[in-house]
Amino acid sequence: MDLHRLTHLRALEAESLHILREVAAEFANPVMLYSIGKDSSVMLRLAQKAFHPGQIPFPLLHIDTSYKFPEMIEFRDNYTREIGVRLIVSKNEKALAEGANPFKLGTQKCCGLLKTRGLLDGLAEGGFDAAFGGARRDEEKSRAKERVYSFRDIHGQWDPKNQRPELWNLYNGRIDKGETIRVFPLSNWTELDIWQYIYLESIPIVPLYFAKERPMIVRGGALIPIEYDPPLLPGEKPQMVMCRMRSVGCTFCTGAIRSEADTLPKIIEEMMLARRSEREYRVIDHDQEGSMEIKKREGYF
Amino acid sequence: MSTPIEEFLQQNERQELLRFTTAGSVDDGKSTLIGRLLYDSKGVYEDQLASVQKASVNQSAGPLDFALITDGLRAEREQGITIDVAYRYFSTPKRKFIIADTPGHIQYTRNMATGASTAQVAIVLVDARNGVLAQSRRHAFIAALLGIPHVLVAVNKMDLVDWERGIYDSICDEFRDFASRLPPHDLTFVPISALLGDNIVSPSSNTPWYEGRTLLDYLETVPVGNDRNLGDFRFPVQYVLRPTLDFRGYAGQVASGIVRQGDPVMVLPSGRRSRVKSIPTYEGDLPAAFPPQSVTLCLEDEIDISRGDMLVHPLNLPHVSRRFEANLVWMSQEPLDRNKPYLVKHTTQLLKASILALRYRVDVNTLDREEAETLELNEIGAVAVETVRPLYFDPYPRNRVTGAFILIDPLTNLTCAAGMIIGPLAEERARPKLLEGLQFESARVLAAERQERYGHWPATIWLVGDVEIAWAAERKLFDRGCVVQVLADEEHPDLLPALARIANAAGLITICAVSSFDDEARRQAEETIGAYRFVVIESGDLPKDRNEAADSICRELEKRGILADNGGSFSLGSGI
Repeated sequence: MDLHRLTHLRALEAESLHILREVAAEFANPVMLYSIGKDSSVMLRLAQKAFHPGQIPFPLLHIDTSYKFPEMIEFRDNYTREIGVRLIVSKNEKALAEGANPFKLGTQKCCGLLKTRGLLDGLAEGGFDAAFGGARRDEEKSRAKERVYSFRDIHGQWDPKNQRPELWNLYNGRIDKGETIRVFPLSNWTELDIWQYIYLESIPIVPLYFAKERPMIVRGGALIPIEYDPPLLPGEKPQMVMCRMRSVGCTFCTGAIRSEADTLPKIIEEMMLARRSEREYRVIDHDQEGSMEIKKREGYF
Repeated sequence: MSTPIEEFLQQNERQELLRFTTAGSVDDGKSTLIGRLLYDSKGVYEDQLASVQKASVNQSAGPLDFALITDGLRAEREQGITIDVAYRYFSTPKRKFIIADTPGHIQYTRNMATGASTAQVAIVLVDARNGVLAQSRRHAFIAALLGIPHVLVAVNKMDLVDWERGIYDSICDEFRDFASRLPPHDLTFVPISALLGDNIVSPSSNTPWYEGRTLLDYLETVPVGNDRNLGDFRFPVQYVLRPTLDFRGYAGQVASGIVRQGDPVMVLPSGRRSRVKSIPTYEGDLPAAFPPQSVTLCLEDEIDISRGDMLVHPLNLPHVSRRFEANLVWMSQEPLDRNKPYLVKHTTQLLKASILALRYRVDVNTLDREEAETLELNEIGAVAVETVRPLYFDPYPRNRVTGAFILIDPLTNLTCAAGMIIGPLAEERARPKLLEGLQFESARVLAAERQERYGHWPATIWLVGDVEIAWAAERKLFDRGCVVQVLADEEHPDLLPALARIANAAGLITICAVSSFDDEARRQAEETIGAYRFVVIESGDLPKDRNEAADSICRELEKRGILADNGGSFSLGSGI
C-alpha cells in the first residue's frame, strides 16, 4: 500500500519544485526575494533541488531596511557565498538618507518606505518580471486567497477582487511589459511543515531562531531588541532575557519570545504548544484593522 | 533514545496529504463547518480566535462565529459572503488536509471549478431545511466534471429539523437520483450540525439511526491512493538542465505512470527512442519515479529534447493530435468568441489555438444539452479545439494531468476557461473508409514482439520526389534484414496512408513514394499513420547519388531508433 505514495512533505516539495522550474522556464528574468528567515531558507533549498546538479538559475534579492539584526546579515553573506548563488542587496538609500526609521515615522510608514518602496525599486532596477516570495497561505487571513502566481500591475499592486483563476498545476504567467508576477512556491506549506522540513533536511537557519540570553527591553508582554537604540520609556532599561525570535525581520518590529528552545525539536515542540500564533508579536500586522491586506494592495511582499 | 517530540516528528513525517474542496449555497453553513474543523482539530491558534471574538463583539453577532475564522477579505466581511477561493490547512495524526474553500454564490462557479481542479474529495453541503437546491446539483455536477473521485454530501443543520431521519433519507434519495446521471464517483452521506459539532469529530447522540462514519473520520480514512493513474507513463518535459557539457537532464513532474531506471522511453513528438539512464536528485539517484514527484530524467542517448516535449513509454502512447473535443468551464466576463485566437496551456506547452465548433451548452440544473452560440461567464459547454502543433493528451477521466488545459486570452492575458479533454476530434475518430472496422488495437501479438522478430520498429517513410530512391532504399533495408515494401501509386495517392497504416500494423517498414505533398495531405497522412512513426523525407534534401541517398535514409531511421545502429537487434526489455 505504501509503495509509490508520497508523505505530505514530499508532496509539498514536489509541488514547489514544479513551480520553481515553471517560472525559470517561462520568465525572462526571475528573481528570488530572500528575507533570510526560515521560509526563505526552505525556499532556497527547494531551488537547489529543482535545478540540481546545476546552479540556481536566478539571483536572490534582499531588501535591506538597514534595521536588520547583524546576525542576519552575517548569515546571509556566508550562506549565499557557500552555496554559490548571486545575491543582490537593495536599500531605499534616499529614504534612509532622509532619516527614515520606525521610531520617527511609526511602523506603518517606515515599512512603506523601506520595505514596499525598497522592494518595488529593487524589482524595477533589476528589470525582474517574476519574483519568488516565501509567503504561506496559512500565515494570515488575506493570504489564504493569494494565488501561487499573483499578478501585479505596472505599479506593483495586487487586486484581490480580480485575480486570475488558478487550476490544476497550469499557471498563467502571461504579462505585458512592466507588469510582474509574484510567485509563492510555499503557498501550501504550514509553519509546522516548514519547521519539520528544516529538521528533516538539516537546513541551516539564522541562529536568532534558537534561544539564548539576549539583552532586551521588556515592554508589556513584548520583548524589544536593543539594536539601533529604540527610544526608551521612563524607567526602562535593557535586561538579559532567555529568548528567541519566532520570525525574523527588522529588530524593532520582530518581537522576541521568552523561550528555552535551543534545538529544532524543542522549537517545534514549543510551537506546537504555542498559545500565540506566529505573528502576534509582529507589530506591523496589528497597526491597522485589515492591515496586511492594505499593505499587499500597495505592493508589499 | 528519542524524545517524545522526536517520536512525534517521525510519526508526523509519515502523514499523507489530502486535498478537499467544500461547496454549498450561501447559507448552507460551509464556513461554519470549516471553522468547526479548524477549531476542533486545534488548527486555530488561540490568538487568532481571540481576534475573531473581538470582531464578533464589535458587530454584536452574539456567540463565537466560526465563519469569521475563514472569511478573510474586508469586502467579504462587509458583505457577509465568501467571494473567492481560500485555502485552509489543518492536520490530525492520520492526515494533513488542504481545504479549497469555495464560494457558493451563483456568480462564482468558476471559483468552485478552481478549487475542485486539485481536490481528491468534495464535500457538498445541503441545508436539511431546504433539501437539494439547484446550487447543490450544480456543485455535484462540477465536482464530477472536474473528476473528483469522492463526494461526501453533508446534510447540515439537522438540529433545525429535529434530527428527523425521514428528512435526511429523502435528501439522500433525491441526491442519489441526480448523481446517477453524472460520471461514476464514490458517494457518501452524513447528517451533521456544523454549528453544534454533531457527527463532525465524534458520533452524535442525536442520530442513533445513523451508523456511518463521522465527517472527520471519513476524511481521515477515505482511500485515495488508487485514484492516481499509475499505468500510463507520461512525463511532460518542463526544463532542460545542462549545467556541464556531459550532463543533460530533463526536469519535470511525473504526470502519471511509473518510470524506472533502464525503462525504454519514446520522445514525443520526434518519436525518438531511448532508455532512462538515471534519475538523479539532490539526495542521490532514485530507482524509480511516480506521480506527483518532480524529478530529473537522464537518457542513454543524446537526443534533442526541449520544454513541451513529452516522454512516454513506447508501448503506451497518448493521443497525438492538433484537434480534440473538450468540456469548458467559461471563466471570463468576456464570452467565448469562436472567431478569436486563444492560447492553450496544456502540460508544459503553450500553443495558439482556435475554437472549431461549439458543440453544445449544458444546463447544469437538468444536465440537458442545448444549442448555443457562445459561452458566458460560469457556463459550461463542449467545444472542438484546434492547436497549431499537436498536443499529447489522454481523456480527462483517465488522466487529470494530460487531460487538462486552460484557455488564455492573448490580448488581456486572462485565464478565460478551464478545459477537460474528452478525446480526439469526432470527425477524426472516423477512420479512412479502408480502415473502418479493422481492430489493430486488439492484436494479441505486441508491436514489441514483432520488433523482436524483425529487428526493427514499423515506420512509414513518406518520400517526396525521386521514386528511384525509394527502390534503392528498399534494397538497402532488405539487405539489412528488414521487412520492407515500397508503395508507389501516382493515381490514388489518397489511399496510401491507409495502406501504409495496415502494413505498419503488421510491423513493416513502408516507403510511400509520391511526387508532391501538400500540407493538408501531410496532416491527414500523419494523423492516419501516427506522428511517432511517420518520417517525411524530401529527395531534394538527400545526396544526389541514389545509393548515398538510400544510406542517409537508413541513418535517419537509426537516429529515430526505428532501426538498430549496426544492423543488430534493438531489444526492448520488460518495463510495463
